[in-house]
Amino acid sequence: MVSNDFSSDIQTKMSTKIVIAGGFGAGKTTLVGSVSEIPAVTTEAVMTEASVPHDDTSATPQKVTTTVAMDFGRITVDQQLILYMFGTPGQARFWFMWDDLVRGAVGAVVVVDCRRLADSFEAVDYFETNRRIPYVVALNKFDGALEYTTEQIREALEVSSDVPILDFDARDRSSSGSVLKTLLRYALSNNAAAAPVG
Amino acid sequence: MSYRKRRGSRIRPYTFTGGRTRSRHPLMVQTLVSTADPSNDAPANLMPESQRIYLLCRETRSVAEVSAELKIPLGVTQVLLSDLAELGVVYIHPTITGDSPSENQVLERALRGLERLFQ
Ligand SMILES: Nc1nc2c(ncn2[C@@H]2O[C@H](COP(=O)(O)OP(=O)(O)OP(=O)(O)O)[C@@H](O)[C@H]2O)c(=O)[nH]1
Ligand SMILES: [Mg+2]
Repeated sequence: MVSNDFSSDIQTKMSTKIVIAGGFGAGKTTLVGSVSEIPAVTTEAVMTEASVPHDDTSATPQKVTTTVAMDFGRITVDQQLILYMFGTPGQARFWFMWDDLVRGAVGAVVVVDCRRLADSFEAVDYFETNRRIPYVVALNKFDGALEYTTEQIREALEVSSDVPILDFDARDRSSSGSVLKTLLRYALSNNAAAAPVG
Repeated sequence: MSYRKRRGSRIRPYTFTGGRTRSRHPLMVQTLVSTADPSNDAPANLMPESQRIYLLCRETRSVAEVSAELKIPLGVTQVLLSDLAELGVVYIHPTITGDSPSENQVLERALRGLERLFQ
């Protein structure tokens, strides 16, 4: 462990993370870009897919694919605290990468494209199953009017009754900022409910 | 209408080793790292990749940013950073996960910061 003479400025800097999840093309990167102080950073990862069982064409036992590995932005909250926002890969077949991205997050936003509700099931399901991470549902309206009420959406996606659902415009900085504020307030109220005072 | 049918019926096809490091400090994508002493040159005998990481860390940045800026895969970046921390030349900053009630104060600060930034 490092224990020598850092300036206190360096030593007291810390960070935290919010995960931006949701279906393919729901507006995750747009949200991150709206609130981030840096252009959203996207990196790619190469990975191998296991061969299909019983596939006897042993000449190509593995297939190499490329996917988005990271998609993130940053908000310097104050001199000592930096908040990162990490988008999850939209394609459902890469959901297994989520565990790494979600680990240690203070909360998550599930961005829902209101025209394609079914696409967001996977993400809602992930956070309903892992209730350790507080999450909110953010309905990206894509200019259109909402076809359903918030409660209809809650019912359709089976979102727990205490989880905030709000609508927003991913392209709008202040609207996207409101989503992050709602998440932090919700996370704090969860902690207050869970922890005994003192 | 309900989309819940598939819940619980998934297969986990792969396991990632990302984040498993020798360091006792958690080294997550959002974790900040910086050189212990910014005025020092890189220690001798570092591998070229580690040297590049060391030099970049003279300014505090996250593991994700190190990986993206140097185009070193995330898992490799994590292992090399953890080795540098073990050598005592890179400092791993605290990561606020909200898991402990003692962190509430920091989360409140984050909320106040967001309220100031996004009115
Ligand atoms: N009209 C409109 N377009 C939007 C809105 N939000 C996002 N878009 C557009 O929708 C497309 C998809 O948005 P992205 O932010 O890339 O979505 P994503 O969730 O990051 O997509 P993947 O990472 O590929 O899953 C882009 O062309 C955006 O410009 C919105 O509120 N209204
Ligand atoms: Mg995206």
